[in-house]
Amino acid sequence: MIKTKSGAKVLGDMVANCKPQVVACYPITPTTSLTESLNQYYADGKIPEYITVEAEFSALSALIGASAAGARTFTTTGGQGVLYMHEPIFATAGMRLPVVMLIGNRAVSAPLNIWNDEQDTISQRDSGWIQIYCKNNQEAVDAIPQAFYVAEKILLPVMVCVDGFLLTHAVEQVDVVDEKKVQAFLPPYKHPLKLDSENPVSVGVYANPTHYQMFREDLMEDMKVAKDLLVEAAEKWGKVSGRHYGLIEGYKLDDAERVLVGLGSAMDNVYLVVDELREKGEKVGALHIRVYRPFPREEIKQALKGKKVGIIDRAISIGAQAPLYLETLEALNGTSTDVSSFYGSLGGRGIKRIHIRDMFEKLKKGPVKEWITVNPEFTGLKVNVGKGKEVKK
Amino acid sequence: MIIPHAKPGSSTSNLTGEWKAFMPVVNGDKCIKCGICQNFCPEGIMGVVKKIPEIDYEYCKGCSVCANECPVKCIVMERVEDD
Repeated sequence: MIKTKSGAKVLGDMVANCKPQVVACYPITPTTSLTESLNQYYADGKIPEYITVEAEFSALSALIGASAAGARTFTTTGGQGVLYMHEPIFATAGMRLPVVMLIGNRAVSAPLNIWNDEQDTISQRDSGWIQIYCKNNQEAVDAIPQAFYVAEKILLPVMVCVDGFLLTHAVEQVDVVDEKKVQAFLPPYKHPLKLDSENPVSVGVYANPTHYQMFREDLMEDMKVAKDLLVEAAEKWGKVSGRHYGLIEGYKLDDAERVLVGLGSAMDNVYLVVDELREKGEKVGALHIRVYRPFPREEIKQALKGKKVGIIDRAISIGAQAPLYLETLEALNGTSTDVSSFYGSLGGRGIKRIHIRDMFEKLKKGPVKEWITVNPEFTGLKVNVGKGKEVKK
Repeated sequence: MIIPHAKPGSSTSNLTGEWKAFMPVVNGDKCIKCGICQNFCPEGIMGVVKKIPEIDYEYCKGCSVCANECPVKCIVMERVEDD
């Protein structure tokens, strides 16, 4: 059914169609209206259990218990909420619990900022969670049932990452596949080892040096299996919805000489600029990395080798190079590909078409590494507050 | 796919004896069978009270409490050779 709603609200409809049994959320900008929507579904009796918790740490901890007891579980957060969950985030993956979480990507403090970048989820990339990044709300809504499908088959948790405000608060037409079709796509969740007083077990308690690494090695191996499952889920969902997804999505890539690569909603703008420059006869293209964990290394290598590539990172690694740039560089090692790094667009500084044109221009010359900055000339913006005080060293 | 889980009582398979750098060795001739070491041992692996200690080295972590408490100093801590 086509609905015209804000991203967060329409995601609530899709989550309800997936019939989670236990939801625990602590509302935080920018996904507050998703928690409202889920609360409404709970009040209407469509979601059987909704735990109102006192913080994000408790939200995920409650779901760890619920998931281990055999329930389909869902939560949502963003920004500081993700960081507050940091410890149970690792534990969820280590205990092999298929929790699905929607993240409204938001900058992290300090200074406090509620607007969008992707630092919060990128900082959790080593946790063992599958991460799916969405370009628009249609992709986000379609990612939810696929996330449950993959999570419950491989017993790994999934983050569906949606840019805060840019998508969560954007009102657009979205097709929400109805409950019957979603239920036919999604088999009921059965954890092979659920908590049961008749047959008691404890999960994730303790492992000696002899055993601990074995579990982590197993996680690494299963992440590779998850890659195939993500493709399988996307194919099956394609048959249900008519919309087809992959680990990566190339746009006018085949004959492109210069390509911009990135995650999330910024890529929709890149596609627009690709169309614009193609009309002028420039051979440009784009690559959206939909699945960041497991990292589709081979697929990226095949798609990008030999081209002039620019990586857009909307998260930074302070004291090192930008994360997506480094990983793509490693994937392209030995293929004589020019790789540039554009990082920034943090804390609500969106990427405008003028920046993207600029990046495509810079790719002509060769590898660069530089900040994406909003030039006040472009926006008419005069920055005279929050500049900070310079300290003499 | 391995789910890290444990059934009740299975923690005995964690052989904590692997942790030790020093192992207690009892000189039975000097021992007065007072039972102090057995009462103080945090792991309860020093055998039966009022008998010469029989140490379960699979679980002895080498904490030295027994050697420290022994009134006649008949327990010495010897280095565990580990390559």
